[in-house]
Amino acid sequence: MTKTYPKASRPSLDNVSVSIEKGEFVFFIGPSGSGKSTIIKMLLHEVAPNKGRVVVNGKDVTSMRSWKRPHFRRSIGCVFQDFRLLPNRTAYENVAFALEVIGKTKAVARRVVPEVLELVGLGGKEHRYPHELSGGEQQRVAVARAFVNRPLILLADEPTGNLDPDTSIEIMRLLDRINRTGTTVVMVTHDSNIVNQMRRRVVEIESGRIVRDQARGVYG
Amino acid sequence: MRVKYVLSEVLVGLWRNVTMSIAMIITMAVSLTMLGASGLMYRQVDDMKDLYYKNIEVSIFLNQEVSEQERTELQTKLDGDPLVKDVLYVNKDEAYKRFKEMYQDAPDLVNAVKPDQLPESFRLKLNNPEQYKDIYDQYKDTAGVDEIVDQSRLLDKIFNILTSIQNIALAAAIVMAIAALLLVANTIQVAAYSKRREVAVMKLVGASNWFIQAPFVLEAVVAGLIGSLLGLVALVAAKYLLFDGSLSALQGLLSPISWGDILFIFPLMAGVGGLVSAATAWITLRFYLRV
Ligand SMILES: Nc1ncnc2c1ncn2[C@@H]1O[C@H](COP(=O)(O)OP(=O)(O)O)[C@@H](O)[C@H]1O
Ligand SMILES: [Mg+2]
Repeated sequence: MTKTYPKASRPSLDNVSVSIEKGEFVFFIGPSGSGKSTIIKMLLHEVAPNKGRVVVNGKDVTSMRSWKRPHFRRSIGCVFQDFRLLPNRTAYENVAFALEVIGKTKAVARRVVPEVLELVGLGGKEHRYPHELSGGEQQRVAVARAFVNRPLILLADEPTGNLDPDTSIEIMRLLDRINRTGTTVVMVTHDSNIVNQMRRRVVEIESGRIVRDQARGVYG
Repeated sequence: MRVKYVLSEVLVGLWRNVTMSIAMIITMAVSLTMLGASGLMYRQVDDMKDLYYKNIEVSIFLNQEVSEQERTELQTKLDGDPLVKDVLYVNKDEAYKRFKEMYQDAPDLVNAVKPDQLPESFRLKLNNPEQYKDIYDQYKDTAGVDEIVDQSRLLDKIFNILTSIQNIALAAAIVMAIAALLLVANTIQVAAYSKRREVAVMKLVGASNWFIQAPFVLEAVVAGLIGSLLGLVALVAAKYLLFDGSLSALQGLLSPISWGDILFIFPLMAGVGGLVSAATAWITLRFYLRV
């Protein structure tokens, strides 16, 4: 597919074609501005391609109407560099919020939220506010929120971009653990260390073009 | 749970920006009061038109030197005129009696006038009051006729004045409504900004559009309904203080406004207040949140 933003002189994605299997773990790497986040936005139905098709979970979403987007998003979890937690809610409440706003009852939240917080390694810290948690712990809350609805796909756009190397590795392991439950994980990163340790599929992008697509790849 | 969530969000929203909420509610109240008042006047003027136009007369006054024969001829002609429904002859004594009755509060005036100074007249009821002009053209040059006076001329003037008052109230309602709309749009923008993080998360995890919009739209609707309630209070106060109070002297002239009329106009005010606020909020959100 091809994507040129309005007013942009050159396409941000130029004739890119990738296919990701169910249950796969894929890194998207490349320099800043190469178009990695744009791919994530396509998968979230936030931007549409000018040319080509986007197929997610076996459904062509290229021309999906915007009113169908909310339901579509419920099958996708998403984590960002800046965590995007609600500062006036505790870890528990942040995760529960994501369930309650899609119509799940408080009883369901009471059952599954502690479970998923335990899974991400935050057992015992449910009632801390984001400012009472370290960066790594905040990102764990964000992962818990993305995963609590058991999505088929987890998208992560530079999830370790704000974290130190050790914490980054921990988050990486967490995503790996989630991948092993059968969830497809797509992760955008700058972090060569992580990519080299994991030895998973690597898709490298430069100026909107795929320059490498390698199973069990390394960075650079 | 979701209903409770939405309702508590509405109250929190109104309270978070309470000065703005008050401004919004007051402008809406004023606008809706004007709307209600012009609606009431509309009914009132209709009632009055029915009442007055049904009873108006055309008076043909005879001059002092009219002869017996001229009067009889005129009477015969009027009796046979298809435009005329009813003819009543009022002689000088009768005219004086009516005059005395009409000005019973001003004995000086009554004493200053002698019975034979008042002209005799024919009082006509027309089949169609609007055909006054035909009557006028037909009889103005008839021998013995002094002057032809049509009450509907006066009524037209009065009703023109009432209609312009009504139009002014309506225009004021519209101008205030525009101010109210801008305030609603602004309040909703501020509210959406202060909840931008929540909204971003809700969009990300797939909350439905109505669920994201509902608290904002309902916030505006609640403000609109409170505004219409205040408008109702203002109308009730106006009836109580003005119509039943200082204007009660005009009671015989103005047809009375009943409590029923006011209760009848309230759903209109509440409906307009609620719907217009909801639409404004919804449109604002479409631009501002793009949901
Ligand atoms: N909303 C936008 N409008 C215009 N240009 C954009 C927009 N978003 C991204 N771009 C451009 O598209 C290119 C790719 O951006 P992005 O996908 O964010 O890169 P990356 O995530 O790899 O750093 C950049 O050149 C950027 O300037
Ligand atoms: Mg990026």
